[in-house]
Amino acid sequence: MAESAVTGTNWTCYDSSTMTSREIYGRTLAELAKADPRIVALTADLEKSTALNKFGEVFPERIFNVGIAEQDLFGAAAGMAKTGLIPFASTFAIFACLRAGEQIRTDIAYQNLPVKIIATHGGMSFGHAGTTHHCTEDFAVMRAIANMTVICPADGVETSRAIRACVDVPGPVYMRIGRGFEPPCYESEDYDFQIGKAVTMRPGKDMTIIACGIGVLQSLNAARTLAEEGIDVRVVNMHTLKPLDREAVLAAAAETGHILTVEEHNVIGGLGDAVASVLAEEGAVCRFHKHGVKDIFAEIGYAEDLYAYYGLDANGIADEARRMMGIDTPEDDNWEDE
Amino acid sequence: MPVTPEANSELRRIARQLRLTVIDVMAWSGGAHVGGSLSCMDLLTALYFKYLKIDPERPDWEERDRFILSKGHAAAGYIPVLSERGYFPHALLKTFNHFGSPFAMHPDSNKVVGCDVSAGSLGHGLPIAFGMGLGFRYQGRDNKVVCLLGDGESCEGSVWEAAMAISHYKLTNVIPIVDRNGLMIDGTTEQVMALEPFADKWRAFGFDPIEIDGHDFFQIGEALDRAWAAKDRPVVIIAHTVKGKGVDFMENQIPYHYAAGDSVLCARAKASIENAYKEVD
Repeated sequence: MAESAVTGTNWTCYDSSTMTSREIYGRTLAELAKADPRIVALTADLEKSTALNKFGEVFPERIFNVGIAEQDLFGAAAGMAKTGLIPFASTFAIFACLRAGEQIRTDIAYQNLPVKIIATHGGMSFGHAGTTHHCTEDFAVMRAIANMTVICPADGVETSRAIRACVDVPGPVYMRIGRGFEPPCYESEDYDFQIGKAVTMRPGKDMTIIACGIGVLQSLNAARTLAEEGIDVRVVNMHTLKPLDREAVLAAAAETGHILTVEEHNVIGGLGDAVASVLAEEGAVCRFHKHGVKDIFAEIGYAEDLYAYYGLDANGIADEARRMMGIDTPEDDNWEDE
Repeated sequence: MPVTPEANSELRRIARQLRLTVIDVMAWSGGAHVGGSLSCMDLLTALYFKYLKIDPERPDWEERDRFILSKGHAAAGYIPVLSERGYFPHALLKTFNHFGSPFAMHPDSNKVVGCDVSAGSLGHGLPIAFGMGLGFRYQGRDNKVVCLLGDGESCEGSVWEAAMAISHYKLTNVIPIVDRNGLMIDGTTEQVMALEPFADKWRAFGFDPIEIDGHDFFQIGEALDRAWAAKDRPVVIIAHTVKGKGVDFMENQIPYHYAAGDSVLCARAKASIENAYKEVD
């Protein structure tokens, strides 16, 4: 297995072409825990599904399974944090943000406890599991909870950076990752990752796509296509939805005049609304469009089919971008890439 | 350590004073959950004046035992206990419920010195107690975690999620106590959502249930001694209590679940409490 050696917390990234972001999460956590005895992990019968078993293989005495009981999971995480520990609690995003939403709000966030909520299978990444297992509401819920930091990394590499960074956040963090089969966006960990600081993935002067999660790679691919058509697109990876990097938003508005937001989330309450608030509050004038799941429950299907159907793949994002720029989508007789 | 007759008299004197203060809080706050505050007062008194390892001079002392008022609506009983124990001045109680006060209908650990966990949304306390017990054991610390639940609160599924987990992990450092006063807002527990056979439910979840009269300090002491000494199986104390205990016209009366009191009513209530404790002077 193509996996680089690791020592302490100072290590190079695992080969994300052979590992899912969930596996990277589990292994990153194990590395961190070697240096920090405060780190423990909790799960609700999803040790394998959330890849916390990678942590458990190294620290069997530091992983606690509470059974299929999400309210207990997050209540217990709050209790453990009260004893001085830093619990990483994982389950599927939808069960975290809604099933246990009140425990997260009242037990964890209100008491400002350093519980790290690593929510896997976010968005439509578990599309074929059906709508019960989709989660396109979590950004809205978590953004509205005071004290909460909200992160959605672009890929496995960024997941590992974010996992390490969130240990130093004194309060709670909600981190949404996917199912782990998303293609990587970053080639290495050698970039500046700071919570609350957007990453400009590609410069551009005609318009800016502000994306998070799987939207980042797809936006980069869309930008490449658009460049061939003469549209120079900046791509901003807004991995932290809260606190939002307001400077990056305002710079995009001033310098490119067009902002398209891309998120695997309902267009109500997520990244798009967060960006829109900044623009409105600052009186920034630009063309603006929110692209995401348009206030519907998604169909059933494998994630990549759903991304294509809802226009969250490179083609769909490019279409949205052209529409914004008032350019017709060119005829395309090549169905190979559809 | 068992409760001696002398300790019993002393605890009863404290409980009387605290019950009188609950009536004051009812007046100052404009309304309080007086019934459920009075039903658990003897349990709180025994814990805070005899059993819990705490130091009001050092509210953040790491070695202290933890207490969670999962039935958070009994704050009108709990906050006076913290005050009486010396965490903050008695006069501060007059701010109860008012703008800027640290004290509300439900206790807030961000604001109340000596309060370990914010509570009020029912069904949250026991999962937190479970996590604390797990955290202490993982760190090899011997702190106890006592969690006081309401009996009506036991309708919440999360209580049983945590009960299952405490028993699964054999966390004898977690001690749930249920204030079994038998009344909810809409009727008796058995009318609204039957809990019986309640002890059998806990037994089936792996607990050693101890049923006591929750107003008898000798029985409370004996149960807490057993709970403190538990080795293999966690203990749950089911304390049979009377809602509104100590005020004759409030006892077992649903309207006094939450009530406001004018000066006439408060005077009547205090006279009733004094009368109930005639023997302690």
